[in-house]
Amino acid sequence: MEQETLENLVRDNRNAGLFRVHRSVFTDPRILDLERRRIFEQCWVYAGHTSELPQPGDFLTRRVAGRSLILVRSADGVVRVLLNTCTHRGAQVCRESCGNTKTFQCFYHAWTFDTDGRLIGVPGEDAYSAAFDREELRLASPPRVEIYRDFIFVSFAPAIEPLVTYLAGAKEYLDLVCDQSEAGMEIVTGTQAYSMRANWKLLVENSIDGYHARTTHQRYLEFLVETGVDPERVRRRRRGIGKALGNGHALIQTEPLSGRPIAQWTPMFGEAKRAELEAIHQKLVERFGAELAHQMTQTSRNLLIFPNLIVNDIMAITVRTFFPISPDYIEINAWALAPRDESADNRALRLDNFLTFLGPGGFATPDDVEALESCQRGFANREVGWSDISRGMERAQPMADDELQMRAFWRQWHALMRGVPRAVASAPDAVALQR
Amino acid sequence: MGATSTVRETTRAEIEEFLYEEAALLDAWRLREWLALLTDDATYEIPSTDAPDGDSRTSLFIVADNIERIRSRVNQLLGKAAWAENPPSRTRRLISNVRILAVDGNTIRVTANFVVYRMRVEQVDTYVGRYEYTLVRRDGALRIQRRRAILDLEALRPHGKVSILL
Repeated sequence: MEQETLENLVRDNRNAGLFRVHRSVFTDPRILDLERRRIFEQCWVYAGHTSELPQPGDFLTRRVAGRSLILVRSADGVVRVLLNTCTHRGAQVCRESCGNTKTFQCFYHAWTFDTDGRLIGVPGEDAYSAAFDREELRLASPPRVEIYRDFIFVSFAPAIEPLVTYLAGAKEYLDLVCDQSEAGMEIVTGTQAYSMRANWKLLVENSIDGYHARTTHQRYLEFLVETGVDPERVRRRRRGIGKALGNGHALIQTEPLSGRPIAQWTPMFGEAKRAELEAIHQKLVERFGAELAHQMTQTSRNLLIFPNLIVNDIMAITVRTFFPISPDYIEINAWALAPRDESADNRALRLDNFLTFLGPGGFATPDDVEALESCQRGFANREVGWSDISRGMERAQPMADDELQMRAFWRQWHALMRGVPRAVASAPDAVALQR
Repeated sequence: MGATSTVRETTRAEIEEFLYEEAALLDAWRLREWLALLTDDATYEIPSTDAPDGDSRTSLFIVADNIERIRSRVNQLLGKAAWAENPPSRTRRLISNVRILAVDGNTIRVTANFVVYRMRVEQVDTYVGRYEYTLVRRDGALRIQRRRAILDLEALRPHGKVSILL
């Protein structure tokens, strides 16, 4: 695409307090092509969680950034990521969604690889020359694989900064989720594998949008009142903040209306749970002090890790990632994250609370899907060229129902799409400047 | 009333008739009448597509409603703010391969195959799977105590959601 076109996709007018995004970014296949190269191949992208691979030999296959990956815990206990294609002629060496194995054998010609990716078996190897090198023909890996607190990320940019640097200000909020249990956190069995007939960036915006709750999720709020939540609390504007965390990462942190299985009681949990949740809270106070414990248990967070990982620590914790298939269609995977050492009762309560709001059968997510698909259909009206994301632009500390956190995403997106090198795009003062 | 006095032979024809009536109520959005088919301790579940045999206390589901949640779901669907179903979808349910798995006193375990078509915004989404029912006979009438829709789909793609009663 022409540089001039790219330059004009986002209008960031700080003087006037106006922020506009051109709607072609949601519909133009050329934009998606460029996003694949400049966003998904230039960033760290989430691939999975080490808790999904508890035992040596455990593996799972997953599509990530358009690739077909194998995530495996090798015999030595190390978690590895392999590109799922035989180095011989290309067939996938693993066609199961998950399991436990000692080897990956391609069924096409039976080349066999161990869980480290080493080529350990080639039928009729005597037919090859002396230059045939098994070591060279091991299963490939993404150029970079790093794990932060059990979250496995891959990058297709060999020179990208270390993951922990990339996470920038998002790190402390991810820590706030991971610190909820001394035993660590785990992904619960059961994937909400769904989709949306809408552009992937609409789901980014929606996942960190505090403004739409009162309208889009009206029925959920009414449900909360049915379960005994004080209607006055539901009616009041919620306190909360929106934040840019650097590198395009962003957050809203709010006062929750629902209860939280990590120690914020609500009538739906039943009277018997009150003391137990208070005890969990007290333990967190001992570990982290009153202020951090309060933030951990009494506030909710919607965290975006640029470009496409959402960790929403709300009425339960969801880890959600999604990839575009076309400008108007995405595949979404969402999981529940929970303390490993949670009691069976609290686990059940957590999963129940999760389903009140989240997922394709919840009382909220289907309406989000409807809203975003409706936006995508609305974009057919090309005469209306721009979307407005200016809310709260002149506030010193934007609120959770402002749109600073979305602007943070868009500014990074726009910098990368224009071809600004990542190190410049994510300079530390970019955080301070954002409003 | 002793249990034995209400036990009578359960035939597949009777079960089929019941399931067809249920499907007709759901397709017609006569959801309050559908609610009347449920017992006061009824459950409605849809497991995640990669954990079809799961238990909702230990694995993440798509839907795991108790009776209060079911009633709330129905009220929401009949109200205006369930945007995903306002305007409402058209649905058409085909129920077949009905089998009675066990009869124990007044309790009947049934399985049946389903194809549910959902039509909305000129898209057709096809949900394919199998129901597991626990039916109970109360005062001669059949009631639904447990209703689990197990999808054969590998993912809700391109459906995106289960905003109807499946």
